[in-house]
Amino acid sequence: MAEIAYWEAIRRAHDEEMANDPLVIAMGEDIGVAGGTYKATSGLYDKYGESRIIDTPISENSYTGIGIGASMVGVRPIIEIMSINFALLALDTLINAAAKIRYMSGGRVSCPIVMRTPGGTAHQLAAQHSARLARMFMSTSGLRVVTPRGPLDACGMLKSAVRCNDPVIIIEHERMYNIKEEVPDEEFFRPLEGAEIVREGTDITLIGYNFSVYLCLEAAKRLESDGISAEVLDLRALKPLDRETIRRSVEKTHRVLVAEEDEAPVGVGAEIMAVITEDCFYALDAQPVRIHAADVPVPYNYTLEKEAIPDVEDVYQGALKVMGKI
Amino acid sequence: MKADDQKRLLREMIFFRRFEDRCFEAYMERKMGGFLHLYSGQEAVATGVLEMAKTGHDYVITGYRDHVHAIKSGAPAREVMAELYGKETGSSRGRGGSMHIFDPTVNFMGGYALVGQPFPLAAGLAMGAKLKATDQIAICFLGDGANNQGTFHETMNMASVWKLPVLFVCENNMYAIGTRIERSTAVTDQYKRVCGYDMKASQHDGQDIDTVMEAAKTAIDFVRSGKGPYFIEFMTYRYRGHSMSDSKGYRSKEEEKQWEKRDPITIYAAKLKKAKVITDADIKAMEKEIDDEIENDIIKFAEESPEPRVEDLYKYVLDDNPDPRWIGPLQNK
Repeated sequence: MAEIAYWEAIRRAHDEEMANDPLVIAMGEDIGVAGGTYKATSGLYDKYGESRIIDTPISENSYTGIGIGASMVGVRPIIEIMSINFALLALDTLINAAAKIRYMSGGRVSCPIVMRTPGGTAHQLAAQHSARLARMFMSTSGLRVVTPRGPLDACGMLKSAVRCNDPVIIIEHERMYNIKEEVPDEEFFRPLEGAEIVREGTDITLIGYNFSVYLCLEAAKRLESDGISAEVLDLRALKPLDRETIRRSVEKTHRVLVAEEDEAPVGVGAEIMAVITEDCFYALDAQPVRIHAADVPVPYNYTLEKEAIPDVEDVYQGALKVMGKI
Repeated sequence: MKADDQKRLLREMIFFRRFEDRCFEAYMERKMGGFLHLYSGQEAVATGVLEMAKTGHDYVITGYRDHVHAIKSGAPAREVMAELYGKETGSSRGRGGSMHIFDPTVNFMGGYALVGQPFPLAAGLAMGAKLKATDQIAICFLGDGANNQGTFHETMNMASVWKLPVLFVCENNMYAIGTRIERSTAVTDQYKRVCGYDMKASQHDGQDIDTVMEAAKTAIDFVRSGKGPYFIEFMTYRYRGHSMSDSKGYRSKEEEKQWEKRDPITIYAAKLKKAKVITDADIKAMEKEIDDEIENDIIKFAEESPEPRVEDLYKYVLDDNPDPRWIGPLQNK
């Protein structure tokens, strides 16, 4: 076991999968000679050459489309989009093509692409670099959507995504690339489905995904000093969603909070709340609470940005509300 | 070209015309739903270009006016018709319809309804061939209207930078749905538009199949030799509206009559008659044989084929037999 950073975990997954299969390629802006904005492909250009580590022009929709076309004939492209905001330019090829080709060809053609992109708020990047669009992909039939929270999942889920026959959207986070975690030295894979109980508890379930899992874990520590035992559930996979693990946890704790960095209307949290209502209605002892970003374009100003995005305090206060302490 | 091949080509073009006419009838009888875009008038382009390609080996991709491209690529006509009928035996198991014919067994990689979307997909097919170091090329058929999408410019640029083995065939029928080219496009000669991407390009008559084949051979040889992409433009005309819901109010009867004089089937039939390859009686017999085939084999197959099963609604959304090593689910402690 060795401790590595999130970006190193992604780099390792690229390296192992490219060494394993000559038809695995990576493409994106500045991923080759420049080594990648978040270093996720650093050093790989020298190792695998320009035909497999492909520096693309700034043409998100079409380079994604080229990756999709190649995937239809056996190539396994890992497509990097520098920010999820830019992925909006590639929605035609991702949502109209990659997500639908298997279905509309009657299962005769598949698109095993991986699209990875950071999708969260970093620090003062303003509205056009701070989108959190997980909900858009989560509501698209024909895609898998995953949110690895640490190096173990970042490496293991990317490797699984490369080998899986479906298009997989991997949503990372600017604030997670330097998070460290121990990972096995030998090759390992992590499944693309299934939520994970990352902290066991008995009084309340805090559900998060992507960076909000860390907010939940920090809030759980503070709740513990108040004598409240919080269970933390990382959704890991937004599509398909692991309703069973959500149900089991809520039936154990009878109280639940959902924390997300997205805006609330029609968000991931709204879907989780619907699942809780449908599957766990009679298990609930208190009204659930949703913690989410303010419904505004993310502001540049530091103080305003901080106000717009949920933090540990928001999750902690929300949990106290569910517990009837405030 | 041998006389037998010439007769076969004429027969194919007549078959495509009759196939599309029969689709029109079936649509009017409500045997088909959705949108229907017919290819009548443009037959020499797909027939001529694909005659010069290695069909079944080269990748072919196009837009929603795709029946003829699929059949000439090698997709069984009865499966294409069954797809239009929405049947389980259809090319896409009834899930795609007229606009989304797929047959990967002959490397026909689909018809797409988003105008311009096949440009990058085609470049990707070519990238796949290049990575696998095969001698395959990708052939992308699209209309002039598609060239005003961003994907056109983005893809021409990347195809050229990366020297991808892809042939872009522009079927210039002068109308983007119902808007004439001069009203939507600053440069009406489409082949000139790829100069900015340092790509080899040319423009030809698309109504004379001999001209089409000669031009296509040059372009295909260029692409297959590894020199990079090629953009070839054919001037052509669609007889029917953009789709069945189109009354063609945007163009004149005179213009339509002018183009009917340049009908690709009439032109080729006249040439073959003049060369004494074929007679009027031969053509009559050919038409009879084609109509019989369409009615007694193709339509019959489509009519008698089963509907998809309702319990299969969720089939094909994702891989139906995924490997649990990659998928899971994760076991919680």
